[in-house]
Amino acid sequence: MNDLGTDLLKTPLYDLHVEAGGKMVPFAGYAMPVQYPLGIMKEHVFCRESAGLFDVSHMGQCTIRSTDGSDPAAVIEQLMPGALKVLKPGKMRYTLLLNDTGGIEDDLMVTRTFEPDGMLYVVVNAAFKDKDYKILEEKLGDRIALEPLEDRALVALQGPKAGEILASLAPEASELNFMEATMITLEGVVCWVSRSGYTGEDGFEISIPADEAPDFCKRLLAFGGVEWIGLGARDSLRLEAGLCLSGHDFNGDISPVEADVTFALGKKRRESGDFIGSKRILNELAGGPSKIRVGIKPIGRTPAREGTVIADRNGKEIGLVTSGGFGPTVGGPVAMGFVPTIFAEKDTEIQLIIRGKAHPAKVAATPFVKQNYKRKSAS
Amino acid sequence: MMKYSEDHEWILVEGNTATVGITDYAQKALGDVVFVEVPEVGAAYAKGDEVAVVESVKAASEVYAPITGDIIMVNEALEGAPDLVNTAPTSDGYFFKMTIADASELEELLDEDGYLAFIAGLE
Repeated sequence: MNDLGTDLLKTPLYDLHVEAGGKMVPFAGYAMPVQYPLGIMKEHVFCRESAGLFDVSHMGQCTIRSTDGSDPAAVIEQLMPGALKVLKPGKMRYTLLLNDTGGIEDDLMVTRTFEPDGMLYVVVNAAFKDKDYKILEEKLGDRIALEPLEDRALVALQGPKAGEILASLAPEASELNFMEATMITLEGVVCWVSRSGYTGEDGFEISIPADEAPDFCKRLLAFGGVEWIGLGARDSLRLEAGLCLSGHDFNGDISPVEADVTFALGKKRRESGDFIGSKRILNELAGGPSKIRVGIKPIGRTPAREGTVIADRNGKEIGLVTSGGFGPTVGGPVAMGFVPTIFAEKDTEIQLIIRGKAHPAKVAATPFVKQNYKRKSAS
Repeated sequence: MMKYSEDHEWILVEGNTATVGITDYAQKALGDVVFVEVPEVGAAYAKGDEVAVVESVKAASEVYAPITGDIIMVNEALEGAPDLVNTAPTSDGYFFKMTIADASELEELLDEDGYLAFIAGLE
């Protein structure tokens, strides 16, 4: 049943997934585990209570240098609105790859490495890595050298026990704060480790040479309190955490203001407007967008999936759900979608049209569950 | 008498009443069930009509009327405990009971051996 054909790519951890009973499905051109025998619900809860191990090797890892030895961040800032030039070695930032009209082609993580030339380590979404690399090549190709890291796996260890588990392999892991990264030798293997993730929990993302990845994961799984988590629970975890899924909660037509990810717009960058599509984005920042992404809490038990029509109290269609499902930690359905800005206030009563029937819902604050990041202490 | 459909429903026939639910194979394939939309008592369905919806964490799946008849009872317990579909698919996790309008339709359903052979062919 796990034979999905020969067209699909396999991550370096494919055999481990099959061994663990992972149900393999096609995702972004890869055969990926959607769930393991534990099931999505239990995997989700396990990650929130202990530590979940995710194979995210399908994501696009690459390095970016400038061709003339100058700061590569200064070059890519043309296409991204985040404060990247100011990134010090070991610091990472969530940013957006924009198009000419200020729409979001993809979201990505940019980290400054410790290389003397200021080399950046970049991770983009699996589904868009080819597109993203092409955009960067076409628009900046003469000024940057982008090198995909094809020989590396990427795994995430997420959850309240992730810190103590990784620290038992390498004490320096505990020195990392949220959105910091460094080189750490884990089990004799040099890894690029960041304190980041896509679950709302504390945790790490670990870039490791492909041939070392299976043994490293086996070692992690040998700890009590670590389980494989599949794509199904990865989606419900990020949805509860209020995190966007690129291509669903935004796309090339949606601006950062509409997607309500303005935290990704650097303060000084807003003033200078020195990035692609800034005219629309700055206009929307000043005058407010006509529609905006909001959290949605259905009142009943019926999950509202992506594509569900959102209506006002009178039944008039006002928008669409872009992500939705059941939140195991919330214990009920949760969703996100776009509504006209006048409907965006918390607790605004709306309706969700599911299979022809109107179900009451309210606009809700996100995240739906508290984020548990390990931030630098305020002292 | 227990019958099965190729849509992975089981149909327990007792006199002129059929109790309908989804099979263990189906609940395993769906994964954790979080919501079941059951039909209304008194509603009439023809064989093949969409009669209920089962939502798992993954997706929504339609349940089709395995035979023609009227709904005489629905499983109210599923509202508070949809996971009964996972834990007791062929007993407490039933969806509804319906009348059997045309007994000849039962002949078109599979018996247990037939259903087991059918799912073996899907593996």
